[in-house]
Amino acid sequence: MHFHKYEKYWLTFGVGSLIVFLLITGIMAFHNGSHPPSAKNTINHEKVEQIAPFDKPGVHKVSGKDWDYEVVVLASAFFYNPPVLEVPLGAKVKFIATSKDVVHGFEIAKTNVNMMLEPGYISEFVTTVNKKGEFLIVCNEYCGVGHAQMHSILKVVEPK
Amino acid sequence: MSEQPIEVNESFRSKLKKIDARDAKLSMAHLYVAFIALFLGGLAGLLQVLVRSGSFELPWGINYYQVLTVHGVLLGLILTTFFIFGFQTAAMSVAVGTLSSNQRRLGWIGFWVMTIGTAMAAVMVLLNEASVLYTFYAPLQAHWIFYAGLALVVVGSWIAALSEALRWMKWRKDHPKQTTPLLGFMVVCNNLMWFIATIGVATEVLFQLLPWSLGFVDRVDILLSRTLFWSFGHALVYFWLLPAYMIWYAIVPQIIGGRIFSDALARLSFIMFVLFSVPVGLHHQLTEPGVDGSWKFLQVVLTMMVVIPSLLTAFSLFATFELRGRELGGKGIFAWLKKLPWHDVRFFAPFIGMLVFIPGGAGGIVNASYQMNQLIHNTIWVTGHFHLTVATAVMLTFFGATYWLVPHLTGRTLTKEMNKLGIIQTILWALGMGIMSISMHVAGLMGAPRRSSFSDYGGAEIAKTWLSYQIAQAVGGTLLFIAIILFLYIFIKLCWATPKGHEEFPIALVSDHAQETPAILENFKLWIVILVALVLIAYTYPIYDIISNAPLGSKGYKLW
Repeated sequence: MHFHKYEKYWLTFGVGSLIVFLLITGIMAFHNGSHPPSAKNTINHEKVEQIAPFDKPGVHKVSGKDWDYEVVVLASAFFYNPPVLEVPLGAKVKFIATSKDVVHGFEIAKTNVNMMLEPGYISEFVTTVNKKGEFLIVCNEYCGVGHAQMHSILKVVEPK
Repeated sequence: MSEQPIEVNESFRSKLKKIDARDAKLSMAHLYVAFIALFLGGLAGLLQVLVRSGSFELPWGINYYQVLTVHGVLLGLILTTFFIFGFQTAAMSVAVGTLSSNQRRLGWIGFWVMTIGTAMAAVMVLLNEASVLYTFYAPLQAHWIFYAGLALVVVGSWIAALSEALRWMKWRKDHPKQTTPLLGFMVVCNNLMWFIATIGVATEVLFQLLPWSLGFVDRVDILLSRTLFWSFGHALVYFWLLPAYMIWYAIVPQIIGGRIFSDALARLSFIMFVLFSVPVGLHHQLTEPGVDGSWKFLQVVLTMMVVIPSLLTAFSLFATFELRGRELGGKGIFAWLKKLPWHDVRFFAPFIGMLVFIPGGAGGIVNASYQMNQLIHNTIWVTGHFHLTVATAVMLTFFGATYWLVPHLTGRTLTKEMNKLGIIQTILWALGMGIMSISMHVAGLMGAPRRSSFSDYGGAEIAKTWLSYQIAQAVGGTLLFIAIILFLYIFIKLCWATPKGHEEFPIALVSDHAQETPAILENFKLWIVILVALVLIAYTYPIYDIISNAPLGSKGYKLW
């Protein structure tokens, strides 16, 4: 097939940029381990309140793991349990969350903590909380008439 | 005899070419449904932006999410599908040849099946039995008639697509070893993609949602249903886009008096869209549990392949514009732009659409960028994104096409006055969408979620920063509604009131300098094999994994 000379330049530049872009994304993912939340553990969502860790939602300090705190959140229409979370500044935190009923979102506004919560699946994301303040957690997947009222707070405070 | 006069004659003949009246009727039937959907869906959109501005409440206890479902279903699914099949029917009839009576009958059956399906879904939405939005994510459970209605829309579209495919195959049989008319080829590509893509959503509806909403089964596999949906959902956006590409590639050059830059490159880019349309749906599910990151990444790579046909398209279109501008005496690096027919709405509207598609496409790359998706996933940034792509690039092109297509079909003319109103309508649309979409993008970067009624989020500081952008969205949305009213006024005039005459169905000829089209581009058997192989590579393992590791399924919920 015939390509115009300028078109060859244009496509070479475009495809070249695409390759560089995919390489950067790939290195970020597979070398630096920066994947979007893709945990694969499942759970019985109808009995989730009797099964660890969702029998004790809240912030738990842990030791001997790659992270310092586990934040366990159970979502259901139309609230998060617990409604307020508090973690110390600089801590490495693993968010562990699931839904008891329909699909919900778990988004800490203006950050990259953003996961879908689906009944039967446990969503996980590990991050370091390096900014002080109160962060709004919102449900960003339509879950019913109370969807826009579904929110909670993450407080990042000075370590005691 | 030299070549030149013959080609002038051909160009002249295409100007006089007139659609068969029976095909025109079939095409118009689709457009009526499409634009009724535009009015009702647009009205819903207006109500939404007003509610979200915080200064308006829906009367009579109407549920915001019911209005949102109306908006999404009518504009995203009904307006688009009906317009596309209306346009494609006419394009087939004019570019390839009048439909046979059997093909036309199939077209009508398709139309009525889609219309009945639409009515069934619409009644359930109006009764508040289906406020599940146009993505109808389980385990929110709508009335079974809603799912059955949507299934009929899909089945009807298959019948209509078959009618068009048969017409094209007939041409090929009558003209062995010849390259088929470009518009016909493009329609077949779009329908082929649509057919393969809808298999996923049809499976979801027929084998999961219908038996479950009818009570035959108790539980449904949520992740499987979402994965099937999105194997369709991204191809859906290309199904909206490709008819706009048909107009950009094969029609706009004729409007400006130019030629198609290259027939082969146009076909190549359509084939690439077809191949990379379906095996990419996981990029809508990047933040979901239950699917391994590596498989998501593979589909991200396949998604990004769309950059190549997009660059091809951008080059070809602007090459056509520049060649024509220079032919008319335009000089300098950019001065030839002035020579283009800016006062002609048939060019102006799709051209603005093309320009808007540049930031629209760039935003799409952000969305599909694996890690970067986490910042914007399900924020109103995404809403802003597809209001640039489908609601501006595609819709402005459809509006621009309506201005010549409808008078062609009704035997009337696009008058100077209507042309001028069309230009005003285009500017209003671009302005309204610019204001609304930019504020959506910015608010989304600040974390504002999509698909949400007005809320102050318990007085949270950050939610206050979103409010001024929501007010801006209301301003933009109001302009858009005015533009819809103006469009409908022009449409009605073109249907029943402007002077009778012949309005051209513009179909461009290929440039003399273009090379011959390689026959391999028309070898659909080959492309279908590659497409199916890509779909199997991208989806077999993830779906096997989802099914074999499935947790307890979900019962239905009606939380509205």
